[in-house]
Amino acid sequence: RAVAVGDAVPWQVVDHYENPRNVGSLDRNAKNVGTGLVGAPACGDVMKLQVEVDENGKIVDARFKTFGCGSAIASSSLATEWVKGKTVDEALQIKNTDIAKELCLPPVKLHCSMLAEDAIKAALADYKLKQGPNQEEAEKKA
Amino acid sequence: PQDPRVLDSMLPYLTAYYGNPHSRTHAYGWESEAAMEKARRQVADLIGADSREIIFTSGATESNNMAIKGVARFYKSRKKHIITTQTEHKCVLDSCRFLETEGFRVTYLPVKKSGLIDLKELEAAFQPDTSLVSVMTVNNEIGVKQPIRDIGEICRAHKVFFHTDAAQAIGKIPMDVNDMKIDLMSISGHKIYGPKGVGAIYVRRRPRVRLEPLQSGGGQERGLRSGTVPTPLAVGLGAACEVAQKEMEYDHKRISQLAERLVTKIMCEVPDVVMNGDREHRYPGCINLSFAYVEGESLLMALKDVALSSGSACTSASLEPSYVLRAIGTDEDLAHSSIRFGIGRFTTEEEVDYTVQKCIQHVKRLREMSPLWEMVQDGIDLKSIKWTQH
Repeated sequence: RAVAVGDAVPWQVVDHYENPRNVGSLDRNAKNVGTGLVGAPACGDVMKLQVEVDENGKIVDARFKTFGCGSAIASSSLATEWVKGKTVDEALQIKNTDIAKELCLPPVKLHCSMLAEDAIKAALADYKLKQGPNQEEAEKKA
Repeated sequence: PQDPRVLDSMLPYLTAYYGNPHSRTHAYGWESEAAMEKARRQVADLIGADSREIIFTSGATESNNMAIKGVARFYKSRKKHIITTQTEHKCVLDSCRFLETEGFRVTYLPVKKSGLIDLKELEAAFQPDTSLVSVMTVNNEIGVKQPIRDIGEICRAHKVFFHTDAAQAIGKIPMDVNDMKIDLMSISGHKIYGPKGVGAIYVRRRPRVRLEPLQSGGGQERGLRSGTVPTPLAVGLGAACEVAQKEMEYDHKRISQLAERLVTKIMCEVPDVVMNGDREHRYPGCINLSFAYVEGESLLMALKDVALSSGSACTSASLEPSYVLRAIGTDEDLAHSSIRFGIGRFTTEEEVDYTVQKCIQHVKRLREMSPLWEMVQDGIDLKSIKWTQH
């Protein structure tokens, strides 16, 4: 018989879970690709988020893979959607609270959105590191 | 689900036969009392007990509380030690923890990787002032079946009372309180296709087990559990026990076949699946599988039209996975990847096949989305990675 599905899981989460955006991998060895790997299997939450940045510092592509619950998958999927088209600095402004609000995450699932924010930051930090120490010095001088 | 035969037995007592079974003076009371006593006999017959040894309760949680706190407190002047296991149901563990705040000492026996306790460790755990040993018959998370007869023997030899939480075992595997030397047993109504809100506790009369009642009042149920017995629920429990006794063998055969079908089909199609708990000493209807590199809750989301559960704990405050899986030594990431499948009297082959097909489909899909699976495919040893948390 048909089971009535209530509001136990926000539809936004279900949507990202059933139709995830940007699942996959970019070439981690490419110089303009930043890879962030956060979380731990022992915690039941691991997110890998990758960004591809063009010569103007704009994120042109992003991919994710997640080991975690529906909310974790949705948070990381949304993260890849949001970083696309932003510059590196703009993407660093993305807050976990925005992700949680967009997905209507209940309080118990807020840590999933926090991990997604960490994943974005980790990917961008990795990208910056790959551009070389010269890049950082140039930024400091400017 | 409730067996329709159970519902049939209950209906008269929810409608026309509403007398209080403890009212001694009128026919309404007498007919309710007769029904209650018949139910009591039906429960007793299922476990080889005398009906005077069966007390109706609100469920196995209450029965467990009564057994543990009741026995401990009655004998507390001379005995202050209790033995139990790390894989017991929360209500048993919590009752023990509560008793510790009252000054009792509790030994929580570890279990082997199979989920079974080590009988030698049990022997070694006895102390001169041990009043009770409590070990569940069939575990609700992994389905493992403890060596109850052997434990009963050991407890008898040490003259210590033996309590078993038989909620998952009653009506599914043969239980006999004399053969197994059980002194107290907890019974749950809704676990044997009976109504929710009722259970029973078996309290041995010879040799007499005394316990301090949890609930004070008018002295019903031999003074051990005051309160009006809910006649319709008790009748339902009795009927469920009688049906279970008749159908036990057939159910067991059919459920074993379905369980075998489920496990074989899944394991043939999908690699890296682990069954948690001993393969042999188990009740077939409770299967716990870990799907490596896929998180449990995410898999459950794909199977929301099937009643399953997971040892993962994304929604629990501590983010710690199942303590039962931890006790059997399951790696934490595999604990987060576990799913419990329950197969019962009313499970059909179509339902099993549907569940299997959906499970296989989504495990494959979620593995494609899993960074862990990707790393393993690339030949990386996950244990060598330094993860960002812990």
